[in-house]
Amino acid sequence: MDKETRELKVTAIENGTVIDHIPANNVFKVIRILNLENNNHQVLFGDNLDSEKYGKKGIIKVSNTFFAPDEINKIALVAPTATLIVIRNFKVVEKTKVEVPDEIIKIVKCFNPGCITNHENITTRFKVIDKAEMKLKCHYCEKSIARNNIIFA
Amino acid sequence: MTMKGKSLISITDYTKDEYLKILETAAGFEANPNQKLLSDKVVASLFFEPSTRTRLSFETAANRLGARVIGFSDSGSTSVQKGETLKDTIIMVSSYADIIVMRHPREGAARWASEVSSVPVINAGDGANQHPTQCMLDLYTILQTQRTLNNLNIAMVGDLKYGRTVHSLVQAMCNFNATFHLVSPQELKLPSVTKMHIKDANLKYEQYTELADVIPFADIIYMTRIQKERFSDPIEYEKVKNSYVLTKAMLEGCKPNMKILHPLPRVNEISEDVDTTKQAYYFKQAENGVYVRQALLATILGAK
Repeated sequence: MDKETRELKVTAIENGTVIDHIPANNVFKVIRILNLENNNHQVLFGDNLDSEKYGKKGIIKVSNTFFAPDEINKIALVAPTATLIVIRNFKVVEKTKVEVPDEIIKIVKCFNPGCITNHENITTRFKVIDKAEMKLKCHYCEKSIARNNIIFA
Repeated sequence: MTMKGKSLISITDYTKDEYLKILETAAGFEANPNQKLLSDKVVASLFFEPSTRTRLSFETAANRLGARVIGFSDSGSTSVQKGETLKDTIIMVSSYADIIVMRHPREGAARWASEVSSVPVINAGDGANQHPTQCMLDLYTILQTQRTLNNLNIAMVGDLKYGRTVHSLVQAMCNFNATFHLVSPQELKLPSVTKMHIKDANLKYEQYTELADVIPFADIIYMTRIQKERFSDPIEYEKVKNSYVLTKAMLEGCKPNMKILHPLPRVNEISEDVDTTKQAYYFKQAENGVYVRQALLATILGAK
């Protein structure tokens, strides 16, 4: 299968954003984090697609939507390898990698059942204390959370 | 450096210089405890779970400074029982009082309260998380007994895994070039995250299972209670429950400056025959809590 046919598995978009190289099986998490379920524009996605670099990957294409860096960096928790491609007039105009933010707000739930955030209506906040290991520390209960204990709100 | 109006939630909220300033102010209150510096202030003492020493020493501190105290010692008699959120309780109380002292069973409750309160909040314990005023009174007591906080051999004994006072004291003493001697059963060793603090500060620690091993060289022995409910296997508890009991006979050969501290309450981990030795310092340590809390209230309310 040539490269063009492979890319056409998910239709090209005229204007918008492509999030490529999402780890396979994390596409739905990215959709949730970016709140794409409530987006009124066209959203196309594919999962478990062949990738030369990663073996399997996911991809999301969102028409007429452009993300601010703060917004897109939230997906670094589930898709640290993702590439962000801005498309205008079917052409790639910008290509960047997601960056792990210093702080994660709202999208993660504290795994400590005794944490006040699990008992009152509080927007959660976590400091990223180790970007490589993706280790978080709850702003409220001060417990650190390893990558495999991260729970999405 | 201004601590006026600044909440104290976690031991890391204050700098080393700020702790030292509080300790210096506390010494002034120990020399002269009755100073009516806060006669126009109202202190709210909100204890959502029971406490003896912390609540009484805070309320004594407020009274000795001439402040009036409002509050409760058990959330059973409050609107919390009717389902009121912590946020609503704090917003309301912060419109009545000039400062809030609170203890709450949930971790992070004090931080949350400080974010919704219009007046400063002092954390008097939030679940298993922080108890910074205990840490400050521990530092004050160490300084009082050793005349310095620097270069000391600090032995910590008992439940090092869950004891929040141990974690905070380790963090604080990392500022003073301490060497830590950690004595605990296998199940209750100091958590790796707290050991990381020691490593990050380029300091040393040793782990032991025998209390007798650390007595000859410790400057401070910080005892803690081993709680039965911390053990998954009750047989394990039975095996270790009497292995960390300090008796008078064991004190022979200790350093002349060595003092025994304990955040209290104790059960059997310090035998009563130790109470009359010159190494016993835990009741004086509890007394010091009043002076340190006076210093915090007066400083945060801008009277010192």
